[in-house]
Amino acid sequence: MTLVVRDSVTMLGRQLRHMRRDLSTSLILLAVPIIFLLLFVYVLGGTLGDGLDDGDGGRAAYVDYVVPGILLITVASAVQGTAIGVAMDMTEGIVARFRTMAIARSSVLTGHVLGSLLMILFQLTVVLAVALLIGFRPNATAIEWLAAGGLLTATAFALIWLAVGMGLAAKTVAGASNMPMPLTLLPLFGSGFVPTESMPTALRLFAEHQPFTPIMETLRGLLMGTGVGVSGWVAGGWCTAITLAGYAWAKRNYDRDRTR
Amino acid sequence: MIRGGGTLRRMTNDSSVPAIEVTGLRRSYGGQVVLDGIGLRVPEGTVFSLLGPNGAGKTTMVQILSTLIRADGGVARICGHDVRREPDRVRAAIGVTGQFSAVDSYLTGEENLLLMGRLHHLGRAAARRRAADLLKRFDLVEAAGKGAAAYSGGMRRRLDLAMGLMGDPRVVFLDEPTTGLDPRSRRDMWDIVRGLVGRGVTIFLTTQYLEEADQLADRVALLHHGRIVAEGTPAELKQRVPGGTLDDVFLALTEVEA
Ligand SMILES: Nc1ncnc2c1ncn2[C@@H]1O[C@H](COP(=O)(O)OP(=O)(O)O)[C@@H](O)[C@H]1O
Ligand SMILES: [Mg+2]
Repeated sequence: MTLVVRDSVTMLGRQLRHMRRDLSTSLILLAVPIIFLLLFVYVLGGTLGDGLDDGDGGRAAYVDYVVPGILLITVASAVQGTAIGVAMDMTEGIVARFRTMAIARSSVLTGHVLGSLLMILFQLTVVLAVALLIGFRPNATAIEWLAAGGLLTATAFALIWLAVGMGLAAKTVAGASNMPMPLTLLPLFGSGFVPTESMPTALRLFAEHQPFTPIMETLRGLLMGTGVGVSGWVAGGWCTAITLAGYAWAKRNYDRDRTR
Repeated sequence: MIRGGGTLRRMTNDSSVPAIEVTGLRRSYGGQVVLDGIGLRVPEGTVFSLLGPNGAGKTTMVQILSTLIRADGGVARICGHDVRREPDRVRAAIGVTGQFSAVDSYLTGEENLLLMGRLHHLGRAAARRRAADLLKRFDLVEAAGKGAAAYSGGMRRRLDLAMGLMGDPRVVFLDEPTTGLDPRSRRDMWDIVRGLVGRGVTIFLTTQYLEEADQLADRVALLHHGRIVAEGTPAELKQRVPGGTLDDVFLALTEVEA
């Protein structure tokens, strides 16, 4: 094993331990998408479902429609934990100690990224299980499931790097916890909860061109077997772009002399 | 014979490669000059104390020597390695206990030490052995399984220091190791530092307390307005000023410019 891999594994172990000790934060962040799911399906789903393209599908049709948006809320909510964890590391002296040790510098952030990724995949599984329980009926093939999983992983990876950048840029832990908050609402201003055609023009333009919409459209196409079209490429492009931007931002913040 | 060879090597080391060697070190924050041409030489196996009031630049000095920040000018070497050009060589040789706690509060005391062991790439058994030894020496055996968040100030300091020793460093930096501790914890810390000296470690210690420097240090340097205004053994410094205590030296030298 090279030094980088070895130190990264050590830091991942440290993160997993942190998450186990601080389960309440993860549980609160996991509650957000589940509450959205129950709220939208049971309170609003009957009416919203009737308003979907195919007429009077009601609640059953709406569950199928809303799950991709809920999955993105799951990711967006979870990366708040990433930003908080990174900011806490920076405010506590421990990272300064790591910097005085002969270890791979990047391993601290790698530990956060991999730890968050594992946590998010776990949370997505829980949310999907709840969705199935309340009537979500996907008809994806094994290949489509695999593709959906890949896209969710890529989305999580992108938003995690963005959140790492936020955690490093924030001056306080509270600030770091607020910065990713808008991401949680972003699926609402896209095709996550209602089709964009029903929105007023200005909002519709935003909704159709913001990054979460092609991701949700692709997930919907994969899970419900309705085809993906061009949105698959756009979704992949957004994930790549956000990952690169988040990574560059995080790296710049991490490398700068924090005392100047 | 072998032992003689070791001693010989050590002696040549002492004369040629000091544990810490600093020349012309400068650092400013914005327009404020904090270190204004510092020069120091600390032979291996000795305790050096940088003494100065709050804001004198002690932490800045430790941060430069421990590769955390860069100097604006001058040269600093640890065991012969330039802190700027060979930071990883320096890092491999040092252990740092900063002024502010650098323990992982989510982990227990023992887990903190084992984390350091893994990052120093010690084998599992060696890490466990060293952690157990340090926990015993620093009176943390009972607290070993408790989360560090629940530690008292003194326990946290001791754990912090123990973490800095997991890699078996040749040079140890202690930035105000007893500030904020009660008298009893302070004395415990002093005993620990004396114990380290017995093992041949070089110690660079900053403090605001004259008594602490007097108790622990072979040589003391007084940092004032970015410069070393006096340097010598505690006894030498005391001789330089009527009154004959380090307090008198301190007052005499800091009042001249004030
Ligand atoms: N990150 C920083 N930004 C601006 N000024 C700083 C910073 N760190 C230290 N200083 C200033 O440098 C001076 C020396 O600080 P420091 O090295 O912490 O002193 P000491 O450790 O002796 O109390 C102080 O006047 C302090 O305000
Ligand atoms: Mg200080």
